[in-house]
Amino acid sequence: MNFLDLIWLIPLFPLAGAVLMLLTGKLLDPQPPSGVAVAPGVEQSGAGPRPANSHEHAPHPGPLQNLIRILCPGMVLASFIFSAGAVWQLAHLSNRVHQVIQFTWIAAMPFHMANGHLATFQVDWGFLLDPLSSVMILVVTGVGFLIHVYATGYMAHDNGFYRFFGYLNLFVFFMLMLVLANNYTLLFVGWEGVGLCSYLLIGFYFHKKSAADAGKKAFIVNRVGDTGFVLGMLLMLSVLGTVRFTDVNAALRSGQFPVEAGYGVLTAMALLMFFGATGKSAQVPLYVWLPDAMEGPTPVSALIHAATMVTAGVYMVARSSALFQLAPVAGMWVAGIGAFTAILAATIALVQNDIKRVLAYSTVSQLGYMFLALGVGAYWVAIFHLFTHAFFKALLFLGSGSVIHAVGGEQDMRYMGALRKKIPVTHATMLVGSVAISGIPGLAGFFSKDEILWQAFSSPKGSTALWLVGLVTAAMTAFYMWRLMSMTFYGQSRVKPEVAAHVHESPPVMTWPLIALAAGSVLGGWLGVPKLWTVFGEGFRAFPRWLEPMFELSGHESEHPASAEWSLMILSVAVAAGGISLAYYLYSKRPDIPDRILARFKPLHTVLYNKWYVDEIYDFLFVNGLCKGGGSAMAEFDRTVVDGGVNGAGWLTRASATLSMWWDTWIVDGAVRFTSFSVKLLSYPACLIESGRVQTYALFVVVGLLAFLGYYIAR
Amino acid sequence: MHPVTTEHYLALSAGLLLIGTIGVLTRRNIVVILMSIELILNAVNINLIAFSHAWHNMGGQVFAIFVITDAVAEAAVGLGILIALFRNKETVQADEIDLLKW
Repeated sequence: MNFLDLIWLIPLFPLAGAVLMLLTGKLLDPQPPSGVAVAPGVEQSGAGPRPANSHEHAPHPGPLQNLIRILCPGMVLASFIFSAGAVWQLAHLSNRVHQVIQFTWIAAMPFHMANGHLATFQVDWGFLLDPLSSVMILVVTGVGFLIHVYATGYMAHDNGFYRFFGYLNLFVFFMLMLVLANNYTLLFVGWEGVGLCSYLLIGFYFHKKSAADAGKKAFIVNRVGDTGFVLGMLLMLSVLGTVRFTDVNAALRSGQFPVEAGYGVLTAMALLMFFGATGKSAQVPLYVWLPDAMEGPTPVSALIHAATMVTAGVYMVARSSALFQLAPVAGMWVAGIGAFTAILAATIALVQNDIKRVLAYSTVSQLGYMFLALGVGAYWVAIFHLFTHAFFKALLFLGSGSVIHAVGGEQDMRYMGALRKKIPVTHATMLVGSVAISGIPGLAGFFSKDEILWQAFSSPKGSTALWLVGLVTAAMTAFYMWRLMSMTFYGQSRVKPEVAAHVHESPPVMTWPLIALAAGSVLGGWLGVPKLWTVFGEGFRAFPRWLEPMFELSGHESEHPASAEWSLMILSVAVAAGGISLAYYLYSKRPDIPDRILARFKPLHTVLYNKWYVDEIYDFLFVNGLCKGGGSAMAEFDRTVVDGGVNGAGWLTRASATLSMWWDTWIVDGAVRFTSFSVKLLSYPACLIESGRVQTYALFVVVGLLAFLGYYIAR
Repeated sequence: MHPVTTEHYLALSAGLLLIGTIGVLTRRNIVVILMSIELILNAVNINLIAFSHAWHNMGGQVFAIFVITDAVAEAAVGLGILIALFRNKETVQADEIDLLKW
């Protein structure tokens, strides 16, 4: 089977699942008669834990629900199989690029480019498989499949089962469109589609106001970023005349592009694109939606808000690497924003008590790492971190979901603790995930994160400052992850007594995906071991060798001695280990110390706990200031200028109508009546001789006759 | 004893014509007006007969017969109109019928 020519099928599988679910799901999975989804026990933070025996009260799953259980993950599995086949065959192609153009989506439209040349704007419905998109589709379908399987267990007792899986499959479809598209416009279709699914799934518990609000926030904040993306795309179209990846990259790499696309224009283009990425990938200044997105069900957080959708921005910037190579200033911004986001989010994660919020800020922070790598020109490293992060962050989210499941919907870590014995599989897998993200050698996170730190330090575009920020962030990462682990699994149990009796391990359908992801978190990193580890063969550097041909790479490695890299590596490991042991000591062994520290640095803690008040600042500046202030200004404008114009026009019309009526009555009608009057006046004498009496007329006849007679006689 | 000549007939005819004409112009009753018209026609007849006799031409007498026939038809039509008029206006006075104007 030639999988390469069938890559168009890959997104169609989940689309078919989604269409089937959303159109017929109600029949397969009947709802309780109330019609409104019953508030699910899980996902309710602060509202008190659900009684752990509520499973017995949960609505009985419909008889056909099992069909959904098999169909929806099955569709993603089919996509994964086709993806794996296609990637396998791609590896055997000499140029490792395969483009399938299905049909012309937007027919050719001629337009004038910025330099006045005529170009045609044509968009294909086409798919591009190359090393970059092959990594993405494997992550999306592979991790996506595991999360689907997990969700069949996690969502088993929720109403709207079919709706959830319909949206989830729809998301996978759009995500695959995003990464397989062969041009920016089609990518944008996927980009907006995943945004839509993100909105739908964050607001899955739409009867809960905070969830509905979070969905709206995610959607609106993303729209702000999308503005940048669209503008960047239009700018690209107007100076390069094409949006197809292969054409754009070829033009930019070879320098065969119009002179109008000068340095400044390219920088603007790159920055606009990057602004779009900050929205989707939750970077400063548009990261605020991602923590709120945790209102969605946990599998959604794992799939969309950790593993796949939020990495779309990273993918897009990597896809535009040729552009960013030509715009070093833009690259500097990317690196700076990435580093700033990484450390900002890490500081917030240090003090959060909601287990999912810690992970959410961790995600923002890790995405910052990826942008740091992109900014310094280490594109493959960013994708590598994306790859490993997909495993361990999905694992951590799913693990946290399992914990929440176990303690009956409690998300506050202050009411957990000592769960290690009670949920051993969850603990073991989350331990793997935490070690991986902390950067302990041997697990996936170490390889990618260390490579990012090294590139930030050694790349010509990197600097010691960027490296230092990354290092501090790494320490914080290790600390907050071990704070999470300690507060959840170790130390004293603070579980509420009425919940404690029912703490239970999740069913196998949930634990097996955890185990699979844990395996990925261990093994994933071994595809890209550091160059220095010469002990391992070239096979252990498969990832860079697979991706590097995609990107231009400068041979800067030789500038730095191996000893520098070794020492930096050891330093980052030491920092990670320090963070781990400090957090373990503080939160497992001596839980009294954090409280004392907290009491001492109360203001700092308050600021961090309230997320640097960024939400409040945005509320003040934009929501209340710009939107509402602008709204009342608009209303005033409406009342005075717009309405004034309308009313003025009305008054003018009325005045001119009055004038016109006067003219009609007196001038036009007057002329007519004057004419008739004058004719009547002139005819008046003639009327006088007409009495109407026959005899008068006869008299005239006689007189006339006599006159004629007299005339002839007298002659 | 003077014989009756053509001139005498013509004088009689002219007198009848004058009386008839004045009657048509001055009398108000339409019946009387019709009678006056008969006088005028008979003045003509006298003329025709007088000239026929004087010039020994029988055409005049024939023509007079035609005029008498004509006068009968005219009187019939005139009296018919008069009755229709009376039915509508309830009058036979000519000066009260003055619609024949602008």
